[in-house]
Amino acid sequence: MKNMTYAEGIREAMRVKIKDDPNVLLFGEDVGKFGGCFGVSAGLWEEFGDDRIRDTPISEGVIVGAAVGSAACGLKPIAELMFIDFITVGMDQLINQAAKMRYMFGGKINLPMVIRVPAGAGIGAAAQHSQSLEAWVTHVPGLKVVYPSNAQDAYGLLLTSIDDQNPVVFIENKVLYSMKNEVDENELKPIPLGKARIAKEGTDVTIITYGRQVYDSLEAAKALDKEGINAEVIDLRTLFPLDKETIFESIEKTHKVVLVSEECKRGAYTGEIAAIIAEEYFYECDAPIKRVGALNTPIPFATDLESYVVPNSKDIELAVKSLF
Amino acid sequence: MKITNEQLKEMYLTMLKIRKFETSAMDLFAEGKIPGFVHLYIGEEAVATGACANLRQDDYITSTHRGHGHIIAKGGDLNNMMAELFGREDGYCKGKGGSMHIADATKGILGANGIVGAGHNIAVGSGLAIQYKKTDQVCICFFGDASTNQSTFHEALNLSSVWKLPVIFVCENNGYGISVSQARHQAITDVSVRASAYNMPGITVDGNDVFAVYEAVGEAVARARKGQGPTLIECKTYRWRGHFEGDPTVYRPEGELEAWLKKDPIPRVEKFFIDNGIMKEEEIKQLNNDVERMVEEAKEFAENSPVPSLESALKDVYSDIVEEGRIR
Repeated sequence: MKNMTYAEGIREAMRVKIKDDPNVLLFGEDVGKFGGCFGVSAGLWEEFGDDRIRDTPISEGVIVGAAVGSAACGLKPIAELMFIDFITVGMDQLINQAAKMRYMFGGKINLPMVIRVPAGAGIGAAAQHSQSLEAWVTHVPGLKVVYPSNAQDAYGLLLTSIDDQNPVVFIENKVLYSMKNEVDENELKPIPLGKARIAKEGTDVTIITYGRQVYDSLEAAKALDKEGINAEVIDLRTLFPLDKETIFESIEKTHKVVLVSEECKRGAYTGEIAAIIAEEYFYECDAPIKRVGALNTPIPFATDLESYVVPNSKDIELAVKSLF
Repeated sequence: MKITNEQLKEMYLTMLKIRKFETSAMDLFAEGKIPGFVHLYIGEEAVATGACANLRQDDYITSTHRGHGHIIAKGGDLNNMMAELFGREDGYCKGKGGSMHIADATKGILGANGIVGAGHNIAVGSGLAIQYKKTDQVCICFFGDASTNQSTFHEALNLSSVWKLPVIFVCENNGYGISVSQARHQAITDVSVRASAYNMPGITVDGNDVFAVYEAVGEAVARARKGQGPTLIECKTYRWRGHFEGDPTVYRPEGELEAWLKKDPIPRVEKFFIDNGIMKEEEIKQLNNDVERMVEEAKEFAENSPVPSLESALKDVYSDIVEEGRIR
């Protein structure tokens, strides 16, 4: 066992792949000598040089487009967008090109590309640097969407994402970057996409979540334990493909579901999961499916306002209790 | 630049293929046999032909919604193309792409594209892959005048110039962005002037003169192969048909089309052949008949190709995931 930050997990996965596979390269804004806006690529430029670690202009359209074009021509690019909010600028290339090329071309092209995007609130970055936009990308057939919650998963999931033959949106939570987790060095290996992780076993209610809210959910579960409610916490790890099996197995045991994410609730991906459960597993539920999310506002700047808008462990606790 | 008679004949053949394929597509669309949208390349044949005559099979192109000409010039198969227009199983995209999405990665055709300006950035990626692998391939990016107002054009020219990528930006200035004339959509007359903003060579040529296009693109390709970076080439041309089939072209001033019809790129080459004793009228006629037969065969191939199975709609979304279909 050793301690590793979430950012280190991501960096190590990139380092391993860039070292082992000559077709892997990283490009994006300030990913070179500067080491990335959040320091995620620190040291990689020194180790691999200009060819493999490329600074780009502030041009998100061409960052995503260059990933699409170079993947279509045999490379395995990792493109970093500084904030998920900036995905809007490169959206055509992601949605109309990357996601659809394989299908439009009758399956005759592979696009092994990863777009890394830091997401989420919590650092006082306000409305244009704090969003949780996973519902936008999970909505689009052709994209895979990964959202790790800890260093071990970030490492293993990124290894797999880089080798995937399809475009992967790899969402990183910026509050988690500096969080240290214990990692099992023997288990530092690829993690298959579409496999959730039981973060805590329980019998009374299933909390389905991912990213930063895994920690809030675990905290809520701890408090609930004291009140005699034994919650199971599922960390999805991959949003698409979605591990329905793990979700349904848990519901068969608990018969109650609370979905938690940092997205504003309207149109959130948790709504999609709730709908899947309602359609396919309604009779296993003995209480309404509950959702916890951010309020339906942009993310405000002032610290108190920001933490009011974004959900916390108390909100999760209350949501669970409302089912009993 | 040296050009052999064989190359000249090959270029002429390509122009004929485009003209006759497009004329056939026009008729088939009118007959209701081709669904969706069709944007025809008739009148612009010299651009794709002259440009692609400089390319090898392992070079790349990105194309546009008006892509048939580029794809034919890069060696696309007429049968698979026509079958795709029909939405059939033997189409290039198994009927899932249609006119605007034909691609053939084995020939470096990175796809026609339904989004105006989307090819620019994909071409940058292609150029990046070439440069990274240190080969002497190149990528030609085809696009229209109207797409030079998209941010992608500026992002792509900027980055390909900064990184000295082997991309040749070939602008087909046909005077219109759908119905809006160039004078109403940009305050310049020569798109090539925009090259100077990105510190790359920019040149304007007669896009209806296949030799002029061939020569200008040839120089740019030679520079790109040597690692000397991108070039912007503007080819002034005109689309004879509307933006898409069914467009009544009410926006065209009277006499404009007629003036351009006189500049038809194909008779210009024929005249050159006869004047210089390269081909006789008989040979030209024979070649025309041959191409007509090829297009006729493509049409038959398309008509005989099966309609795709409904299950195929679920395939090719991912390399490794097929979701459930619906029960009816």
